[in-house]
Amino acid sequence: MPDIPGRSPAVEAVGLVKRFGDFTAVDGVSFSVPAGTVLGMLGPNGAGKTTTVRMMTTLSRPTAGTARIAGHDVLEEPAMVRRSMGLTGQAATVDELLTGRENLAMIGGLYGIRRAALRSRCEQLLEQFSLTDAGNKVVRDYSGGMRRRLDLAVSLLAAPPVLFLDEPTTGLDPHSRNELWDVLRELVAGGTTLVLTTQYLEEADQLADTIVVIDRGRIIAEGTPLQLKERSGAASVIATVTHAHQLEHAHRLLVQHSPEIFLDADVRTLTVAAGGLDDLTRIAGLLSAEQIAVDDLRLSRPSLDDVFLSLTGHRSSTGEEQP
Amino acid sequence: MTSADLPITPPGLWRQTSIIVRRSLIHTRRMPEMLTDVTVQPVIFVLLFSFVFGAAVSVPDGGNYREFLLPGIMGQTIVFTAFVVAMGITADVDKGIVDRFRSLPISRFSYLLGRAIAALLHSAIGLTVMAVTGLVIGWRIHGGILDAILGFVLIVVFGFGMIWYGVLIGSWLRSVEAVNGFLFSTLFPLTFLSNVFVPTAPMADWLRFIAEWNPISSLVQAMRELWGNGPAAAPGAALPLQHPVIATVLWSLALTVVFAPVALRAFVRRTAD
Repeated sequence: MPDIPGRSPAVEAVGLVKRFGDFTAVDGVSFSVPAGTVLGMLGPNGAGKTTTVRMMTTLSRPTAGTARIAGHDVLEEPAMVRRSMGLTGQAATVDELLTGRENLAMIGGLYGIRRAALRSRCEQLLEQFSLTDAGNKVVRDYSGGMRRRLDLAVSLLAAPPVLFLDEPTTGLDPHSRNELWDVLRELVAGGTTLVLTTQYLEEADQLADTIVVIDRGRIIAEGTPLQLKERSGAASVIATVTHAHQLEHAHRLLVQHSPEIFLDADVRTLTVAAGGLDDLTRIAGLLSAEQIAVDDLRLSRPSLDDVFLSLTGHRSSTGEEQP
Repeated sequence: MTSADLPITPPGLWRQTSIIVRRSLIHTRRMPEMLTDVTVQPVIFVLLFSFVFGAAVSVPDGGNYREFLLPGIMGQTIVFTAFVVAMGITADVDKGIVDRFRSLPISRFSYLLGRAIAALLHSAIGLTVMAVTGLVIGWRIHGGILDAILGFVLIVVFGFGMIWYGVLIGSWLRSVEAVNGFLFSTLFPLTFLSNVFVPTAPMADWLRFIAEWNPISSLVQAMRELWGNGPAAAPGAALPLQHPVIATVLWSLALTVVFAPVALRAFVRRTAD
């Protein structure tokens, strides 16, 4: 489906709302994604990302608002929407008892791709996702990364102009994750429009042209990764305390330095909002005066993590809501 | 590649359904142990009942208990088709497979239809195994060929009715374990409160009333009469058993009319958000 630049965007969310009883999961989400670009929806568990994607892919009916995919309204033309998009959900929704080839052939058949074309399309996708050798293996025996790749290949069977990815790399090891990112970049280079949700700030930073930050069903910030980083401004000092029993002490000490502080007990780190190198020296002095041993002490320029902290008052990894 | 380059012919409902049926057939081929519920289990029932109870149960008109029992076990097997549908649906919803199908440009009912047909095929394999087992231990069809075929057709018709119950429970309950437990505790007693294993005539009046109005009894009575495996219902038997073939058709229709709308609504609701 050719998209003429400057014409309608490839994906448009218009005031999407979803309520489950008294709970409002999505509370008026609007954005638009130009064709051939990547939108990253960033937010903690339970922020409403998946629900938003489900509404945009016709799986869930919006309580209010609508969405348009490749110009087709999800409420008025759901069949055309399904024809125009691919969806890769959180769990790899491939059939475990079928082989990779059988999975592709089944979904391709349901799309109605004609036999000869389907055969070559399957081989092409298996090749593209490095699954040619595993094509005749039952998916039960695939690794997590292979399942994700197959799932993505299935979503791409009908060569949709728009692809939705719901937390595409959750649970993948770093190597598989990097591989998947490369595949996604190739797709975008080929003109596909991508909407991806992620809890990983790094992922949004790596892939997205535009990021919308979602918290409690609302968009709380929108912009390029760079714009968002600039918004949060300050750098931070990260101290990794050597002994767990000194963590509380260090925390009390540094709170006096800056009330904007985050403690992660699991990895014994304290993240303190800071202006620059002066703060690093000062914090180093405070810690050594109290004889608190540190494994690592460094100045960190603002990352999307910090953006999240400054926008929401809580860390992305400690989403306070229920999933 | 863009979508414009791919030759696409949107598949009709039957093509969609047959693809979904084929998926289930591949499952069965990969995991033949999935067939134990319709093969090993009923065969064990046939053997247990015919050898343990065979001597104790007296069949009306001095008939052979093994011949009497076999249509009963076949009836029980087709009732259990509900298990196959229900567990398949719950597992697919759980694993997100139903969402995958729903994200495709296909009818949402092709999935259910495919599951239903696959379940009937599943049971058909079981019925074949049982027929062979029956032939080995002395069961025979004594009636004409048309009556014999009519008996098998009635089984399938009744199975179609049972499928809706399976769709309902599979859509309503949220885990395979719950589905299994619920169906077992509803369907298992139901097959015993009938003429499946023993004649109804000697039962206490109230029990006999329940057993004879049990839809399964009509099916089993119809098979026994059509295949010459048992006498016609006693004069005192309830109305459905006096006309078992028509009763079976009507019961199957009733099951469908009662359960299909609620089952479809439950499925749509389960998969809506």
